Amino acid sequence: MANNEMPQLLPGTLFLLILQTLARGPLHGYAIARRIKDASGNGLEIEDGSLYPALNRMLVKGWVRAEWGTSENNRKARFYRLTAEGRKQLHAEAREFNNLVKSIQLVLRTI
Amino acid sequence: MSTFREWINRLSYFGRRGRFDHEMGDELQFHLETRAAELQESGLSREEALRSAKQEFGSLQLAREDSREAWQFRWLEELASDLRLGFRMLRRNPGFSALAVLCLTLGIGANAAVFSWVEGLLFRPYPAVVHQENLMALTGTAQGETGPAGLSWPDFLDLERNCTLFDSFFVSKIMGTTISIGDRAEHETGSIVSANYFDALGVQPILGRGFEPGEDTGRNAHPVTVISYQLWQGRFKGDSQIIGKTQRLNGVMHTIVGVAPQGFYGTFVGWAMQFWVPASMEEIFEAGGYKLEDRGARWIESYVRLKPGVTAPQAQEELSAVASRLAIEYPLTNRGRGAKLWALWQTPFNNAGTLLPTLGIMLAVVVFVLLIACANVGNLLLVRSFARRHEMSVRAALGAGRARLLKQLLTEGLILSGLAGASGLLVAYWCRHALVVLFPARGGVSMYLPGEIDARVLGLSMGVSLITTLLLGLVPAIQTSKIDLAGALKSEMGGVVGGYGKSWVRSSLVVVQVSLSFVLLVGAGLLMQSLQKIRNGSPGFSTHGVLATVVDLLGAGYDERHARIFQEELMNRVQALPGVESASFARLTPLGYRGYSSSPIAVDGYQVPPEEQPVVEYNEVGPDYFATMGIPLVTGREFSKSDDETGALVAVVNETMANEFWKGKSPLGERVQVKGRWMRVVGVARDSKYGNIREQPKPFFYVSLRQNFSSLITLSIRTPLLPETIASALAREIHALDGNLSPSEVITLREQVDRSTSPQQVAVTLLGVLGGLALLLAAIGLYGVMSYAVSQRTRELGLRMALGAESSDLLNLLMKYGLALTAAGVALGLVVALGLTRLLGNMLYKVGPRDPLAFGAALLVMLLAALAACFVPALRAARTDPMRALREE
Repeated sequence: MANNEMPQLLPGTLFLLILQTLARGPLHGYAIARRIKDASGNGLEIEDGSLYPALNRMLVKGWVRAEWGTSENNRKARFYRLTAEGRKQLHAEAREFNNLVKSIQLVLRTI
Repeated sequence: MSTFREWINRLSYFGRRGRFDHEMGDELQFHLETRAAELQESGLSREEALRSAKQEFGSLQLAREDSREAWQFRWLEELASDLRLGFRMLRRNPGFSALAVLCLTLGIGANAAVFSWVEGLLFRPYPAVVHQENLMALTGTAQGETGPAGLSWPDFLDLERNCTLFDSFFVSKIMGTTISIGDRAEHETGSIVSANYFDALGVQPILGRGFEPGEDTGRNAHPVTVISYQLWQGRFKGDSQIIGKTQRLNGVMHTIVGVAPQGFYGTFVGWAMQFWVPASMEEIFEAGGYKLEDRGARWIESYVRLKPGVTAPQAQEELSAVASRLAIEYPLTNRGRGAKLWALWQTPFNNAGTLLPTLGIMLAVVVFVLLIACANVGNLLLVRSFARRHEMSVRAALGAGRARLLKQLLTEGLILSGLAGASGLLVAYWCRHALVVLFPARGGVSMYLPGEIDARVLGLSMGVSLITTLLLGLVPAIQTSKIDLAGALKSEMGGVVGGYGKSWVRSSLVVVQVSLSFVLLVGAGLLMQSLQKIRNGSPGFSTHGVLATVVDLLGAGYDERHARIFQEELMNRVQALPGVESASFARLTPLGYRGYSSSPIAVDGYQVPPEEQPVVEYNEVGPDYFATMGIPLVTGREFSKSDDETGALVAVVNETMANEFWKGKSPLGERVQVKGRWMRVVGVARDSKYGNIREQPKPFFYVSLRQNFSSLITLSIRTPLLPETIASALAREIHALDGNLSPSEVITLREQVDRSTSPQQVAVTLLGVLGGLALLLAAIGLYGVMSYAVSQRTRELGLRMALGAESSDLLNLLMKYGLALTAAGVALGLVVALGLTRLLGNMLYKVGPRDPLAFGAALLVMLLAALAACFVPALRAARTDPMRALREE
């Protein structure tokens, strides 16, 4: 459930966050959500309901691959791994996002 | 990002849908339990932790569906489910489905067939010819005439030399000859062509070669021929050593230099060409002598190929400029002459021009039939949609969006029209060569009128099917959009549904059907009347008791001396046959398909108006021609045996010519110059029809056959005997004179006239058949609506009877309802027909487009059909047993 104090995720950034999270190695779905929440200092929370559809969309696009493995608590879990295609996508999206932020900041400072 | 990979990924999903759901479940379960374990650590009980985890997650179902959707082609899945549902609905009502598909098949099939004819005859008429879109027909023009005029060979060469916007100019003039191979003699059609013919068409002979440059020059200098694949297979038994062999054509030995590829039929809409000869051999095949150096002899039929990117107006402009320079350079022959390009489908010198109006009418008619069929099926769907009202209401109540319901209805329409479209194309495929059936064979050679089913025809037919779908889906959709949820659910199976207020859609559909078929009936009536007028109108010669046949000594290789002897002998023998009243030779009989000779003429004392060189057609006829043909002479005499090579040159003119050139004075004894020779007029004959039954009276004259010899002539015989009787007697006589000569078909002049009016006949036949079909469909529609109205009002009818109404009262009531619909339809149809029949244009002959007789007849037929369609259900209603009717609901 969305927390009211949480900032709304900018549209289109969900893929970017997931890709970045997976850049350091394969993770399962729950860990991805957890990692994003922790890394943002609890500033960002991904809705569980939209995480899995997003992962599936990325599977379709071929940015990530999924395989079953064993989790830290010794359970069967589904791990997502970045593909070469996904890494390219990550760089592209990150660059785009940075440009966007820079531009917005410029505007905020100048006007 | 490769979209291709995406597609592959999605497709692979289809193979593991079951596993996907399973895995998805495991994954979500893992998520919840991991979260729950975390919460448990912070002190919650296991149940509380699980509940809380689930709550945090939100709808598992939604996440599952959204994830699944990421993999799916959504529209495809929905379509598949709609299709499945639609097929199930149709399977449940096999009778309904079969009837609907049958109706639509007729509608779509008729359209597809006509499309294929239009494509095959008008737009891509010449199979195997490359880039037909750049081809245009070329004719001359004459001042003061809007139609096409002839073109001479020297003019053609000058145009070709001086124009720059054209890839090529080529000639293809139809002719025919009798080809004897072994003991079989058959008439075959061929073309006289320019040497570049095969190159210009992009047609490569499969054996040997085409014609070489220069082979179309020099008088009779190149006796070579290219034969068709069919001739090679059929008559020469596919002889692989055929190249270099010789074949007698019109008496001259020709060397076979090539065999055209299979599927190439030459360039004449309506006939398949069997052989081609270069233009240098013109004199052998054309009447009227050597014409390659005569600028006044306009005999060729030609085409051009525009350079890519050149438009027709640009090409026409250049052509006209060159032609007007020629008119200045050669005033004697070319004054007032020009040249004109025609789109292939308007080609004036082959059957494209003849078929154009017929095909136009057919297109309009099949669209009407399709609309009527759609209305019928729409009505069926509508009746069923009432039955399904409850279902639709329930689905709407359960939350199906209106759009979703509409899509379902459209899908059902799509299934119906898709099935009908497929079977309609099958119908069109079978009908590809059906057009030729309607045209009778001429002179033993059957016409070749192929339909062509290509991408364009497929596309158009699919378009028609789609429009049909929309029309079909729309009808019940109009009704469904008005679904009143509460009302429909309350009224259970809808006892009051379809009362007066709601039947307007169906009623108006029937009105439209009736009006459309009324229009078709009027059209059919008008054309039928025209045909009757054409047939009953006197052509100016006897059509009864006169037989005609062809005696072709040219093809058999006779020289003039032997031909004269043979003709003399044959005439003596024919005149001696029992039952023969008189007989005569002539080069042509009227309304045949070969062309008359024509010549510029001069008349003593006739001042030629400036800019005008009178050219008049004539026929070469023998003694007793006028008596045999039954053409009355106004004054003077007809030709006799003494009007031969040694006698003074004589001519007989017709009344129009006498009036035009001698202005009321008697032309008897006056002189007329024909092809440079002065002839004395010895008689004036009544006007008659010469080339076409619908032509206006025109100047025409006759010269003596003996003074203008031809070895390819017709024989006319006046006799009360049947053609078959004469044919066998004639065959005996001909064989007695020459065992190798095969006799031609013997027909009555009536038959000859009928053959010349075949386009009208085809139009009448087709419109009659389709009009009948439309009438039947409309009657079925009317019957359906009446039956439905009766079944919906059983209760009301029973009540009326119980209250004392007689059977006859009920019959009256219902008949009034049915006839009111009919009357509305006829009124609408009347308005439409009054506006549309003008378009029949010159298909009509001596019949106004608003002819009251045709309208009256259509009205009568429509009324009778409506009466029949209404009477049965009305009678059934009148026999209602009131008790049962009341108990029924």
